[in-house]
Amino acid sequence: MHPLISYFAAQDSPGIYLGFGAFQIQLGNLIVILVMILLFVLALFLPFPSGKKRP
Amino acid sequence: MSAPTMSRSDRDGLARRPWRGTVREYDLFKELTVALVVVGLVIVGLSAIVGSPDEPSVTLKSWAQAQPADFVATATAELGGTSETAGYGPPYNTTADATQTIGAFDLQSFSGVQLPIDTAQDLVITPLTTLNAPPSAALDAWNAGSDTEKADWTAAYTDALTNAPDGDPAQVATGDYGPVPVLTDALLTMASQGALDGVLNAQESFYNSDYTRTILFLGDGAYFGDLATAAHLTGDQWGMMNETGNTPGQSWLWLFSFWYQIEPFASAPNADLLVVLLMLVLSVLLTLVPFIPGLRDIPRWIPIHRLIWRDYYKKRAAGRS
Amino acid sequence: MSIREERKTEPVEEYYTWTGKARGWLLKHLPADKLLPQDQPSYVASWIYVFGMGAIVSLVFIVVSGVVLSLNGPAWYHVSDFGHFVNSVHLWSVELFFMTMVVHLWGKYWMAAWRGGRTLTWITGMGAFLVSIVAAFTGYLLQTNFDSQWIAFEGKDALNASGIGAWFNVANLGQIFGFHIVLLPLAVGAVVALHVILVRMHGVVPPIDAAETDAQLSGTDRTEATR
Ligand code: HEM
Repeated sequence: MHPLISYFAAQDSPGIYLGFGAFQIQLGNLIVILVMILLFVLALFLPFPSGKKRP
Repeated sequence: MSAPTMSRSDRDGLARRPWRGTVREYDLFKELTVALVVVGLVIVGLSAIVGSPDEPSVTLKSWAQAQPADFVATATAELGGTSETAGYGPPYNTTADATQTIGAFDLQSFSGVQLPIDTAQDLVITPLTTLNAPPSAALDAWNAGSDTEKADWTAAYTDALTNAPDGDPAQVATGDYGPVPVLTDALLTMASQGALDGVLNAQESFYNSDYTRTILFLGDGAYFGDLATAAHLTGDQWGMMNETGNTPGQSWLWLFSFWYQIEPFASAPNADLLVVLLMLVLSVLLTLVPFIPGLRDIPRWIPIHRLIWRDYYKKRAAGRS
Repeated sequence: MSIREERKTEPVEEYYTWTGKARGWLLKHLPADKLLPQDQPSYVASWIYVFGMGAIVSLVFIVVSGVVLSLNGPAWYHVSDFGHFVNSVHLWSVELFFMTMVVHLWGKYWMAAWRGGRTLTWITGMGAFLVSIVAAFTGYLLQTNFDSQWIAFEGKDALNASGIGAWFNVANLGQIFGFHIVLLPLAVGAVVALHVILVRMHGVVPPIDAAETDAQLSGTDRTEATR
């Protein structure tokens, strides 16, 4: 396992929390939300393959 | 449909009819198969690399061993009826004015006491009577005591524990605590030997799958909550969304969680009721978006659909000219 | 023009039993070529359309891994390496399920995909979302570890304040087990099935502001096939 992944994935790690004041987010949750936004944006912009044409 | 200008309802009419325009080949079963493979690979990959957390559960035993002082203080509160559980109200007991209400609107009282818990009897006295060598003299003294005596003993002992160094029961000043120190000490021994977990869960029978009493007892102490705080799980830390460690949790509860962080909810005594009702209203609004003017028009005003259907909009002009 | 007029040319069979009427209704609203079509309107050309399928597929993985977990009981995954792996698969299927479902929801919102009589499709979609949240919550309660202990302790307050904590008791593992492995999965499955059938019945919603004069409808678009 890559040391970086094992660091983030370590089950006994206390977890990484980001944010300020009342706004706090756990790193895992933040990644999930960012990936969702990324998927949405990619779905909007990536060209969709054109299907086979049948006469 | 022959009006010279198209009104919105006419355009919706087009959405209502089966499509009679150009088509493209689209293979749903092939899409299903490809999706099964792609999503399956992602899931198996994440499971193998990141895995899932499994923080071991705590028990009354581990609590009594790790923090005996906290355990004894909590047991005293259960005896005296001053713990959070004892003052909770329905569905556990009938404590007056304990429910979360909005004016006269009191859903919490609606169920009545369905899961009755008498903290002194159920969490301390009855478990002690199951011991091989129960502290009989102390139990008799407790049962013979009047309500005022019981309240005075536990209140005095609670104060004495607070004033003792580290809350250590062994270093408590002498005073009139009645049978309370003997009872709580016996319960501490019982818990640290692991007997209390079994007795509270089993409730005199072999099978059990109901942990209500144990969970409430644990929660009345400071130990359990401190562990949760350290793991960022409590409600005022957005903990509702969090899993232990860095594994993502229930991020879809972000809005539910959010309200607990801000006023007026954060300090409201009826925060749970307010937030539940607010989320109910918001969920209904989102469900009924198609009927709500304004909300249903935003997609027209912010034309993200121009991107989604850009090929369509590009080609359609050919037929217009 | 209504759908009724449209299908006037079909051979008229008389339906006089409940069974027959049900068949007639199904044949009219969900003929085989609508249920399992080989083509889609030319505007169905965006990656945003794959997220509904992504949610279905994630649900399949949730069910399969969940069945393996439940066959062994809730304590198994604490002590078995394979059990722990299956538990991880279950967890990540759920994360992907919600991720794909939410992107799907965003997409359908910005397409205003409830237009043209598709409100029930939207409503059943929201139903799937809300029931899934409850199902996931009961799953977190079934972890039988520290996380589930804490969720039971803290989760009870919102349920008690709403008056349902007595019947939906988060600290009663037996009760939650039944909810999580039987009732809620059946509910999610039923709502999703209804949702997908409604999608097929109505066909995919045309673009906002699509008009009869568009090339794709007036027959002047030569780049795609016509039906
Ligand atoms: C369990 C979760 C869900 C599953 C498995 C699911 C599945 C699907 C599938 C396979 C489609 C057709 C393909 C596509 O457009 O992606 C679809 C369409 C649709 N979904 Fe969902 N869906 C779910 C949740 C939702 C939610 C949360 C909403 C919004 C509230 C929603 C609203 C819609 C609408 C309005 C359509 C019709 C789209 C159109 O006519 O273009 N769905 N769904």
